[in-house]
Amino acid sequence: MPHIALPEGLPGITSAFAFRPETAKPLRELAEILLRGPGSLTSAERETIAAFVSTRNDCYFCQTSHRAAAAHHAGGSYEMVDAVRLDSLNAPVSPKLKALLAIAGKVQQGGKNVTPEDIQRARQEGATEPEIHDTVLIAAAFCMYNRYVDGLATYTPVDDFKLYDEMGAHMAHEGYTRPAGEMHREAGR
Amino acid sequence: MPHIALPEGVPGILGPMAFRPETAKPLNELAETLLRGPSTLSPGERELIAAYVSSRNDCLFCQSIHGAVAAYHFDGNEQLVLDVKRSAERAPVSDKLKALLAIAGEVQHRGKHVTAGEIERARQAGATDLEIHDTVLIAAAFCMYNRYVDGLGTWAPREPEAYREPAATLAREGYVASVR
Repeated sequence: MPHIALPEGLPGITSAFAFRPETAKPLRELAEILLRGPGSLTSAERETIAAFVSTRNDCYFCQTSHRAAAAHHAGGSYEMVDAVRLDSLNAPVSPKLKALLAIAGKVQQGGKNVTPEDIQRARQEGATEPEIHDTVLIAAAFCMYNRYVDGLATYTPVDDFKLYDEMGAHMAHEGYTRPAGEMHREAGR
Repeated sequence: MPHIALPEGVPGILGPMAFRPETAKPLNELAETLLRGPSTLSPGERELIAAYVSSRNDCLFCQSIHGAVAAYHFDGNEQLVLDVKRSAERAPVSDKLKALLAIAGEVQHRGKHVTAGEIERARQAGATDLEIHDTVLIAAAFCMYNRYVDGLGTWAPREPEAYREPAATLAREGYVASVR
């Protein structure tokens, strides 16, 4: 049961967004820019970073929904995002993404853990300054979203592939600034 | 030296915000709503929560600037900020704020560490659901801001005096108006 009286039937962060629309607005906008805005990292790569950090923070709702969003940016295939979540060092992704994931993993532990060597490796693999910036901010932002979701003990459906798969499709194709209230309400019955 | 080529001469989060104005906008709006928007928690109390979490995350810039803003709201009482950072339970603040700081401390560590007992303690001390929500989100948000500032290796002054003037401006004008 959630720690405070959140609207019922809405899963995870959507219940907290409905409880406090004033803070939901910038939180939604930030996700939209970081995960779907113009950028040289693909949205599949950015959602994979989000799912990776959320996995390391042990946030079921965020890791499962962003895993699905990453898949829906990759034509519905869960292969890349699951490989990264299982073993990022040996996942079949580009050396650049591996280097960025290493930075994201450091940020998850604490910002000061990022070393000049981590940054240098990412640069050598072709990462640009905006890509490094966005990787750090995506990782930092999910250290917020994950804590927000779990710190309020929001309602979290488990073992419901269809719910998260549909949510991920909505996140990938419709984005974060258009609440999917109706879909979530139905699915979360 | 910062990890990426940020604008020079601006401390802490201001460098990355100038580097990437698109993300600065929602980041500033979130801070404005959480720390200065309409609320039954005073801006001083909310800034204390921000400074407390930033201190536990060992972020020099964030704990210094938000500590200085908190002190400004408490009539310049810098000792109060030091007391809260040293021990929230022993600091001369209300029982309600102590209970909210305890929740913020758990969120700083990990969201799942917040217990029903801690929520109950805050309720007993008079905290509303909205106050508990905002405490959790302030703590969570500073786990982001702190990582953003330190993850990019930004520069920050060490002397507390350097933060007094900027803090006064932030306290008077806020995060959207005074940060460009």
